[in-house]
Amino acid sequence: MSWMREIVAVTALNLRTVPGRLGSSAVAVIGIAGVVVVLVAVLSIAEGFRAAMVGAGADDRAIVMRSGADSEMTSGLSGPEADLIRQAPGISRSEQGPDASAELFVVVDLPKRSTGTPANVPMRGVEPASLRVRREVSLVEGRMFEFGTNEVIAGVGAARQFEGLSVGSEIRSGQFAWTVVGLFEADGSVAETEIWCDARTLQGAYRRGNSYQSVLVRLDTPASFDSFRDWLTSNPQLNVAVRRERDYYAQQSEGITSLIRTVGMAIAALMAIGAIFGAVLTMYTAVATRAREIATLRALGFNAAAVLVSVLSESMVLAAGGGLIGGLVAWLGFNGYQTSTMNFQSFSQVAFAFRVTPALLLVGLAWSLAMGLIGGILPAVRAARLPVARALREL
Amino acid sequence: MKLVPLIWKNLWRRKIRTTFTLACVFVAFLLFGLLMTIRAAFSFGVDLAGLDRLIVIHKVSLIQPLPESYVERIRSVEGVQAATHNTWFGGVYQDPRNFFGQIATEPEVYFAMYPELRLPPEQMEAWLADRQGAVAGRALAERFGWQIGDRIPLQATIWMPKSGDGTTWTFNLVGIYDGEPGTDTTNLFFRYDYLDENRQEGDGLVGWFVVKIDDPGRSVEIAQAVDEMFANSSAETKTTTEKGFVDSFAKQIGDIGAIMIAILSAVLFTMLLVVANTMAQAVRERTSELAVLKTLGFSNTVVVATVLVEAMVIAVIGGGLGLGLAWLIVQQGDPTNGLLPAFILPGRDVAAGVALMGALGLMAGALPAVSAMRLRITDALRRN
Repeated sequence: MSWMREIVAVTALNLRTVPGRLGSSAVAVIGIAGVVVVLVAVLSIAEGFRAAMVGAGADDRAIVMRSGADSEMTSGLSGPEADLIRQAPGISRSEQGPDASAELFVVVDLPKRSTGTPANVPMRGVEPASLRVRREVSLVEGRMFEFGTNEVIAGVGAARQFEGLSVGSEIRSGQFAWTVVGLFEADGSVAETEIWCDARTLQGAYRRGNSYQSVLVRLDTPASFDSFRDWLTSNPQLNVAVRRERDYYAQQSEGITSLIRTVGMAIAALMAIGAIFGAVLTMYTAVATRAREIATLRALGFNAAAVLVSVLSESMVLAAGGGLIGGLVAWLGFNGYQTSTMNFQSFSQVAFAFRVTPALLLVGLAWSLAMGLIGGILPAVRAARLPVARALREL
Repeated sequence: MKLVPLIWKNLWRRKIRTTFTLACVFVAFLLFGLLMTIRAAFSFGVDLAGLDRLIVIHKVSLIQPLPESYVERIRSVEGVQAATHNTWFGGVYQDPRNFFGQIATEPEVYFAMYPELRLPPEQMEAWLADRQGAVAGRALAERFGWQIGDRIPLQATIWMPKSGDGTTWTFNLVGIYDGEPGTDTTNLFFRYDYLDENRQEGDGLVGWFVVKIDDPGRSVEIAQAVDEMFANSSAETKTTTEKGFVDSFAKQIGDIGAIMIAILSAVLFTMLLVVANTMAQAVRERTSELAVLKTLGFSNTVVVATVLVEAMVIAVIGGGLGLGLAWLIVQQGDPTNGLLPAFILPGRDVAAGVALMGALGLMAGALPAVSAMRLRITDALRRN
């Protein structure tokens, strides 16, 4: 075990001399911290967006749209079709009827607070059953709207991101005016970006006749999905596609999530190359300034492997420091940051919060250690191979 | 001139350090180039939007359709040169991930209004002769390897066809249009008359209108005239310049784009600071040599110049290569397959990059140069 002790001793000695080389060590630490900030912060955008979208889906809910439609926006179902869908087996029922809500999904132009320019805010026309279907929805201010009127309730995310959505205010849309009577929460999911009103009123306002775009149902159990879907898709009177709500929202979040991840990863990878150069530079400087010390150690009988490992460890300790600093900066700076963006798949805004998750921090740390390892290899080899006699004679 | 060998020797006195410093500068400017490209992409080519074109949409929202008959009335408005309509098709080609824009329009009028889209005249004739004809942008055709004469099936999502299996529309590719650099050539255009006669519902409805006006200076006035014409009708309109339209559309993405760019710029700046520090360090190490130079009778100016030129060489070579590579990468086109329609490195940003190189060289060279100039020979020589 003596070689282990050697490694520990030399590494400890190395690390104790770091404060004497703060300037050049900082190059490596800052470079690596920078990469981790970019990586973690950008991925936290994708993570937050995905969480808002996927969090919206419950396992025991299914969404029915016209076959071929890729989002609620492009779907269309007639009133009689919606009535037929409500008859399907597998839907949970109570004395108030089936837990199924036929809905309309449109957008209304409201100014975005951050830019002042109009944004496509989603507006959903719902039926009285909708609150039984979506149990996570609860009012935090005001009251539920009255069906049959032009009252609406707005999600807290929408109220935060867009102007004119406080209780009591009025939204004008074309020749129609809506009154906001309440604000609701929905576990931070995408529904919080929506404005809800009576489906019937919305049909009139948007001249949709007796038509809907989707039917959302709550199933008896998640397992009844298959029989529910088969009944609907085999019915010759209907031409519909049935999806689990979770799958639907996961698919809706794909485009943006993959765009952000691709851009974020590509940029971080490029920066990592730069940071590795920085680490190499730092470690070469470290080896060069300590050439005499290293040679002395070797002359005293410490073996080359111990020197090699010690340089590598120093590089990785610096990298880990950079990784921790970067992760901390990303977490302090971005976790929970509220924003909204356009989801092109539903052609409407989604409000969400950046999420710096422990998993992302671990990814950042793993990247930083990898950079430290790669950056340390060449200088470590040089240190191990240092010709003892010449190094001792220098200076 | 006789100083060139001296500068050269100084640069390479520590080969590894110079190499890696160059590499760092290179990566930093490569990033800068790509960053500016992404920034331009997030603005959806707003710089390329025409000032003499207006967009007319439904007042309630872009998703609400407008009657096609409006187009004749818009054409009669004083100051309007031409007008046509577009309808978003939103079909799926093979897989929902293969997203691209599909727009139904009036071929001749539309392409006359967009001179930056270039379609060979014989292909336009072929299109006018074929109701099922469609033309694709160069980037789109290359993405899927389409040739003129191919049949392109699209699964309908909004407009269900009357014929066939009730979901598939088939188009004949009769032309491929090119665009000026930076123009979006990722769209497919096909004929509105074919859409209208073959869709199950929505007869006579279009998505939005594009209007070309005589004088960009009168855009506000003409936009008002159009909106007033349809005020209090069943479908009121909202008219903006194409630039304003694209800009407000780009802003819908919100601060995500801005935040990504801010993070990257901050980091890029830090990286440059670190590099500058390393470069400055390289000069500080040679204080005594500079003193020797001065002892030999070299003037302050010459000493300062050697130090500055050395820093500049690293900044310009590393930065130039990085920016050059970024430019080459951007020429290869959008790597995300159509998610970023305008994938260009704007000339303005290239100029900014060159200025940044100069700034980096100055920043890295200035401090050590000044201290070299102030250096008192006796002090410097005594230090070692």
